[in-house]
Amino acid sequence: MSAPYLEIKGLKKNYNFKPILRGIDILLDQGKCMALLGANGAGKTTLLRILACLTKPVAGTVRIGGLDIGQDVQQIRLLVGFAGHQPNLYDELTVLENLLFFGRMYAVKNARERADTLLQRVGLARRFSERAGTLSRGQLQRLSLARALLHSPGLLLLDEPDAGLDDEGIAMLEELLREHAAQGGTTLFTTHNFERAETFSDQICMLSGGRVVYQQASSELEAGSVRLAYQEALR
Amino acid sequence: MTFLSQVQAILWKDIRCELRSKQTWMSMGLFALLVLVIFNFAFDLRVDNKAAIAPGALWVAFVFASLLGLGRTITAEQEKGSMDRLMLCPVDRKAIYLAKLLGNILFISVVEIIALPIFAALFAVPLFTGELLPIVLLGTIGIATIGTLFSAIAAATQARELLLPLLVFPLIVPVVIGAVRATGALMTTSVNEPPWLGMMLAFDVIFLSVSLLTFEYVIEE
Repeated sequence: MSAPYLEIKGLKKNYNFKPILRGIDILLDQGKCMALLGANGAGKTTLLRILACLTKPVAGTVRIGGLDIGQDVQQIRLLVGFAGHQPNLYDELTVLENLLFFGRMYAVKNARERADTLLQRVGLARRFSERAGTLSRGQLQRLSLARALLHSPGLLLLDEPDAGLDDEGIAMLEELLREHAAQGGTTLFTTHNFERAETFSDQICMLSGGRVVYQQASSELEAGSVRLAYQEALR
Repeated sequence: MTFLSQVQAILWKDIRCELRSKQTWMSMGLFALLVLVIFNFAFDLRVDNKAAIAPGALWVAFVFASLLGLGRTITAEQEKGSMDRLMLCPVDRKAIYLAKLLGNILFISVVEIIALPIFAALFAVPLFTGELLPIVLLGTIGIATIGTLFSAIAAATQARELLLPLLVFPLIVPVVIGAVRATGALMTTSVNEPPWLGMMLAFDVIFLSVSLLTFEYVIEE
């Protein structure tokens, strides 16, 4: 049996001595998609930021694709694609320039071709020459997704990727996640939408107070059990 | 991707963003001109005291204008959240520092190129000699080297606009003194002047080395 692609053990994080993550254990196999649920302040975004090497844990270990997050930071950065809650793009650069810049940062071969393909996929092909600052919230979210996928990452981290997306955008997101999984990519995404969590993912993990309080394969879920677990966790 | 192409890509991005937003260059340039005009009116300039006042006025204008731009180096990216995106990339942190430093030197130089002729006209001093170039260049590199590093430190704090001058001014004193005295020496025939250019060069090399080595620890959480 092969080792999980994402392996988190005893992960802890404090901010100003306040514990945010209190010992997270998560295993996720290659090609699988996990939805991370939890109320505001549960520690979802902090967990994603640690996995993206944007912040360091105070304790615990994380292995991504067999690499240790404490030792192989630069290699892990190459493996990870991250789209945060905010798009955080360069407003003054055009849609295409944004992608080409990050293409150069990740040394993507045939970056122009890859950018064109992704812009087509996220429905922004016709807006390639417009400045990112002129795009709507939903369009920025699409561009942010394209940027996260640009270097074909092994692990895709998405913080509320459905925020600001219309129905067509949600369908596009689902399709992109399925394609990513079909190509062997692993995904961890946060959401507040139970239905989306059940539909998009293979596994559901719920955080509360910095701890994993519920973890279940989507296929084994009983109707309404996620909502029930969520309400239980909030008490 | 090589180190130099990483530097080039980030520098290209910064220049393009600045050319389109025009936020930093415009405010830096206007501020430098305002300082020069105010100094011109504030001091009673006579032929015999010009050499004592003019170099100081020039470098005060350059330093203050530079700090306006330096303050935006990292802050602007952090406010937009794009600094996080840059930090996600598998890029050598020294490349980020070097690109930001080169961008700052470029922005400050443009302001200086515009401000110098106006300064020469307002203060009626003959400054356009080849000897001024290394003074301005070394002075600018010194200010930008320290300013770029400390803008990253200040950006992580709440009172960043207040903190940056407090951190930068004491450290750039040697380079500013060197620049003022070397510029003054161009206007008068002075004897027994210390080798100001050599001192500025040494200062630049030391702070550039320290900044390259420490930037990674400053910028990473």
